[in-house]
Amino acid sequence: MFSDYPVPPCFDELLTREHESRFPTVSLALTNLGYQEIVDRQTVTDERLRDLGITFAVYGHQDGNEKVWPFDLLPRVVGHEEWQQIDQGLRQRIFALNLFVDDLYNEQKILNDGIIPRGMIETAATFRKECVGHRPPKGVWTHITGTDLIRHEDGQIYVLEDNLRCPSGVSYVLENREVMKRVLPEVFNGQSVAAIEDYPERLLDTLLATAPDNLESPVAVLLTPGIFNSAYFEHSFLAQQMGIELVQGPDLVVVDTYVYMKTIRGLRKVDVIYRRIDDTFLDPLAFREDSMIGVAGLMEAHRLGHVTLANAPGTGVADDKAIYAYVPEIIKYYTGEDPILQNVPTYICSDPAQRDHVLKNLENLVVKPTNEAGGYGIVLGPRATKAELDECREQIKADPRNYIAQPMLQLSTVPTMCPDGVEPRHVDLRPFVLLGGLDAADMYVLPGGLTRVALVKNSMVVNSSQGGGSKDTWVLG
Amino acid sequence: MLSRVADSIFWMSRYIERADNVARFIDVNQKLTLGFQRTMNTQWEPLILTTGDNDLFKKLYGEKYTQENVVQFLTLDSRNPNSIISCLDAARENARCIRDNLSMAIWQALNKFYLMIHAYPRDSYTYANPQKLLDIVKDRSQLIEGAAELTLSHGEAYNISRLGRLIERADKTSRILDVKYYILLPRVQDVGGNLDIVQWAALLNSTSALQMYRRAHGRIEPKKVVSFLVLDRFFPRAMHYCLVHADIALRFLSGAPPYVFSNPAEQLLGRMKTNMDYISVDDIVNNGLHEYIDSFQCQLNELGVNIHDAFFGNTTRQSMHQSQSQYVV
Repeated sequence: MFSDYPVPPCFDELLTREHESRFPTVSLALTNLGYQEIVDRQTVTDERLRDLGITFAVYGHQDGNEKVWPFDLLPRVVGHEEWQQIDQGLRQRIFALNLFVDDLYNEQKILNDGIIPRGMIETAATFRKECVGHRPPKGVWTHITGTDLIRHEDGQIYVLEDNLRCPSGVSYVLENREVMKRVLPEVFNGQSVAAIEDYPERLLDTLLATAPDNLESPVAVLLTPGIFNSAYFEHSFLAQQMGIELVQGPDLVVVDTYVYMKTIRGLRKVDVIYRRIDDTFLDPLAFREDSMIGVAGLMEAHRLGHVTLANAPGTGVADDKAIYAYVPEIIKYYTGEDPILQNVPTYICSDPAQRDHVLKNLENLVVKPTNEAGGYGIVLGPRATKAELDECREQIKADPRNYIAQPMLQLSTVPTMCPDGVEPRHVDLRPFVLLGGLDAADMYVLPGGLTRVALVKNSMVVNSSQGGGSKDTWVLG
Repeated sequence: MLSRVADSIFWMSRYIERADNVARFIDVNQKLTLGFQRTMNTQWEPLILTTGDNDLFKKLYGEKYTQENVVQFLTLDSRNPNSIISCLDAARENARCIRDNLSMAIWQALNKFYLMIHAYPRDSYTYANPQKLLDIVKDRSQLIEGAAELTLSHGEAYNISRLGRLIERADKTSRILDVKYYILLPRVQDVGGNLDIVQWAALLNSTSALQMYRRAHGRIEPKKVVSFLVLDRFFPRAMHYCLVHADIALRFLSGAPPYVFSNPAEQLLGRMKTNMDYISVDDIVNNGLHEYIDSFQCQLNELGVNIHDAFFGNTTRQSMHQSQSQYVV
């Protein structure tokens, strides 16, 4: 199975340079099954995903905008001890970031103490003045996060992005596991893989735990932009798993600063909204007037504490890629500890000295807009043409606050089923963290998370919109 | 249940039922014309007339009412909003909006159905020999209804789905009867000939009613066939059955007790049902079957509007754009 596997020069998650398996029981189980058998089962898997309609929408595609998201049967394995470290690192980081957001909208101690330049916050497009002075129930802003991790060729795990707004992908984690159990039971058997099946239950607990005070049985709903959103499958899946209503903006109405949904038997009060809509579309009265998917009066209901929004509006400020550079300081400031998980070294273009360095070394760096997600607007220096680099240089000069740059990291690889056999493909990892309160027991880290894989040879773009697929992630016990 | 969700479930069910019935339309026509090639081979035009999409047909195919054109138009032509493939697109799109309210079995059955129809070869062989395609449509539609019966709690979603199915089915059974009217009953004196018996049998067969009819009435007599398809209380495709059970579903949703109504939909449906409870087949035939069916269909349209106002009125969504009926004669 793996005897001809071309171990790449970067870090491979399964095989060492010496061609030894890091997880012998897993590679043995796969080898026992054999390549051809797994090819056959991959076919069954693809058909099943198609029949189940596990799809995502691709914007701008003509031939029907739904695509089945490719799923590769060879799992990505994470060892027990390494996972413990990741788990601790995520808890520390999310805890600190949640306090940071709370501080920014209230006392602003971290700005007053000069840890982060005030100008950096004031120029962040994601800082919501509407949220100043707000303190959500239990002090929770970032109920659900999905942190992007990568492993560089030095073998070290780095945090690439924090994703504190509406991270998606967890439904694929859960579906991938179901499919794996169904099509590769022999491989699953005998391994001790950490369970993830209780995630919907945990998510519901988190939402209900942060409901407005003194409610006996709060009602939670999931607010989706609708069927044309790329993550619609996930919205529908999670609502179904939690047994809560999947609502769209027009299903909700605010009456006397309380939120209700329109049912066939009249209005019914809503207490918690897991919203998968961007801040600026939430409420046409508070943000974009042209929002057709929002609910008029929602922000006021939120400010008065009559409804909980998860995540709370305003958390995007901590997603800003320029502020990302300060996360190690943020962790230290709020917890007094050194960060467990490493940041990727980041150059902030609004700083003149760092900008000069970036402009001079553009061809070796990755340039990212500070407020985009999904891989949009990223320029990979080593792979860009001269014209692209020139254009990028002009954009940085015109609006330096909007750009950061990082060294080009080598993503690690995992053996993947390819047309010509098992080959290495680059992956990242998005674990999901739930925060239902500020005690340690209120936090939950989904063991493993979403492994995205770039199916195109040598590509490091794992985004589903750009040729990425996914794998099941096994945290061994 | 959210009004929007109720709306989508209602239309999902109507569209599945509609696809099923379009297949039955073609089936009955196919069987009526087979074996009578010399006299009947031009008889595809009435099918288009009864479905009410004649203008669109003429625009797309001119006046060429050949089997190939008509079957293509009604099955796999996406340009016709009431073709089988368009009905499935609409049903699946509605289902996708409310997937979390359906059981996995229903969603999977519908999604597979949709994929099968989209993968079906669109060529002249298919249109000349549509039987296999029609069987798929009928089988799959039954599978979805079975899945709903067995895997969905018999609560709000189930009753809304059933309401949509039954109203659509009542409408379509009445139209299948009308096909017969258009093709075979231009003159009253034609009733009762040998050819006529064969054709009534084909009609019953296409509504899966032949066996049940035989058990209930034995010999085929036109009046009894009309009585069976219109007034039978126990046969699930009979118009009377559909109204009786639509009434039960509607009352489940509103919670209204018997003998009173709580909204105009209940009032109208109650009247229609009571009319059928007490009318005789002689009353219908003497006053004209076609006229009776015509008025029945108008009332069903009005019922659709009333149901919308009573239960989905809160929604701003597409409901009103989904066609209440396809029938304009």
